[in-house]
Amino acid sequence: MKQSLFTMEHARQLTEDTYELVLSGDTSAITAPGQFVNIQLPGKFLRRPISICNWTDSALLLLVRVVGEGTKELVRSVPGEELDVLSGLGNGFDLSLSGEHPILLGGGIGIAPLYGLAKRMVDAGVSPTVALGFRTGKDAFYLEEFAALGCRLLVASEDGSLGIRGFVTDLAANVPECDYAFVCGPTPMLKAVHNLSQLTGGQFSFEARMGCGFGACMGCTVPTRDGYKRVCKDGPILCKEEIVWQD
Amino acid sequence: MAGLMVSLAGVELKNPVIPASGTFGYGREYGELYDLNILGSFSFKGTTGEARLGNPQPRIAETEGGMLNAVGLQNPGVDAVIERELPNMARLFQGPLIANVGGFSLEEYAENCRKLDACPQVGILEVNISCPNVHAGGKNFGCDPTAAAEVTRAVKAVTSKPVFMKLTPNVTDIVEIAKACADAGADGICLINTLLGMRIDLKTKRPLLANRTGGLSGPAVFPVALRMVWDVYEAVRLPIIGCGGISSAEDVCEMMMAGASAVEIGAANLRDPYACKTIVENLPAVCRRLGVENICDLTGVAHR
Repeated sequence: MKQSLFTMEHARQLTEDTYELVLSGDTSAITAPGQFVNIQLPGKFLRRPISICNWTDSALLLLVRVVGEGTKELVRSVPGEELDVLSGLGNGFDLSLSGEHPILLGGGIGIAPLYGLAKRMVDAGVSPTVALGFRTGKDAFYLEEFAALGCRLLVASEDGSLGIRGFVTDLAANVPECDYAFVCGPTPMLKAVHNLSQLTGGQFSFEARMGCGFGACMGCTVPTRDGYKRVCKDGPILCKEEIVWQD
Repeated sequence: MAGLMVSLAGVELKNPVIPASGTFGYGREYGELYDLNILGSFSFKGTTGEARLGNPQPRIAETEGGMLNAVGLQNPGVDAVIERELPNMARLFQGPLIANVGGFSLEEYAENCRKLDACPQVGILEVNISCPNVHAGGKNFGCDPTAAAEVTRAVKAVTSKPVFMKLTPNVTDIVEIAKACADAGADGICLINTLLGMRIDLKTKRPLLANRTGGLSGPAVFPVALRMVWDVYEAVRLPIIGCGGISSAEDVCEMMMAGASAVEIGAANLRDPYACKTIVENLPAVCRRLGVENICDLTGVAHR
């Protein structure tokens, strides 16, 4: 973990409520896709944890969905504005466990960390199948970016306005050879993917309301088959076999 | 250079800055960021007899100028703390530690305190009779002067180290509770724990916290804590650890002027992991500006 100032370079609106932000700063604490940053915003007491979409040595790419005042404030940041960022938080995805036919399953804003993951897989010579789900075609984003990576891209929307009508689980069912999943999305989606019988293993990215974001306050602890885990520090990525669902 | 040393019931601290229990874990995460030995002490995560997962999710909600938490005393239990966490804390911090102790009965408080009292690293026992997030737990003791006195006596009977009782602000008269603890033999008072509060999610129309209520902390509670420290200082001749909403070196001095001999800093650490380090580093300059040679001279100065 590192605390440092990042400078907003640009913000681009992708859909009605989703934005792409590029910030410049020291990304040396980031070690794996699936990690997150925790951003301090003016007038907000708690930081806002945001998944890392991609990064270079000196730039950070975030995809942000506006869900409340904090994220609204964040996407309004103007170029040149400085933000206090804790970077390199959480465990991130472990690429070494991906097997021969990995599938990346993302729902809505949950596709963000899968982009950096897919890019690193492709760079490492692994060709993942990417299955993305949205509510409607209007909510879709980053399809061109994923396509440009050269991996097989499958898309679904709940109303059928883009790709197949249905969910990412339906997409996965069409590629039964894919038996290891990297998953990020809303909890009902994570649960549905977790139930897919074709999967022998997988890594699931969890969300939580966090206090600190770096493991100190125990605000985001969940029970797992491997003991209590802090989503912010021991997660946000949990392995398929250790997940315990709570209602 | 202003002298920052303070004394709490005979335990010397190099400065009055103490991270508050529940916001600092066992120091591990902060120890990766800075040398914890710059701190006066730190109060490690509240310890109960048995391991506790704490409350269901969500446990955290934001508020104006602060936050609510309903963690619910998650900890691995006193034996695991002594076996696993204390040795690791010894590597991170060489000064006297504050052991925050929770409990659900007089016997449990006494037993947990007895075990921790025997650990050389522990300098002070801080008895939490004020957690708002555990049901039928500590808060019930802290809300009644007779019960608060009983816990104090039970702990004092089996320990030799200074015992500070950590009080809840969720009472009609905190002075009455402080007096009861003092009369029962407490060596000091720590106040305040969090203020009971809640938020409702507008979309779901349900309480935001799974526990429904949680403890409010952060800058919003600072004036409340300050007033209570002031009142307790007037009534009780014991050292006070002032706690609640402190986020700057100026706040530390203000809290000491109200009567605190040292301070605990909680929520500020969660917002800024370097908060305590920054405050320690800023204290000499603030003292100089205030014309104070030794920071301990600030304690209670506003009452004169």
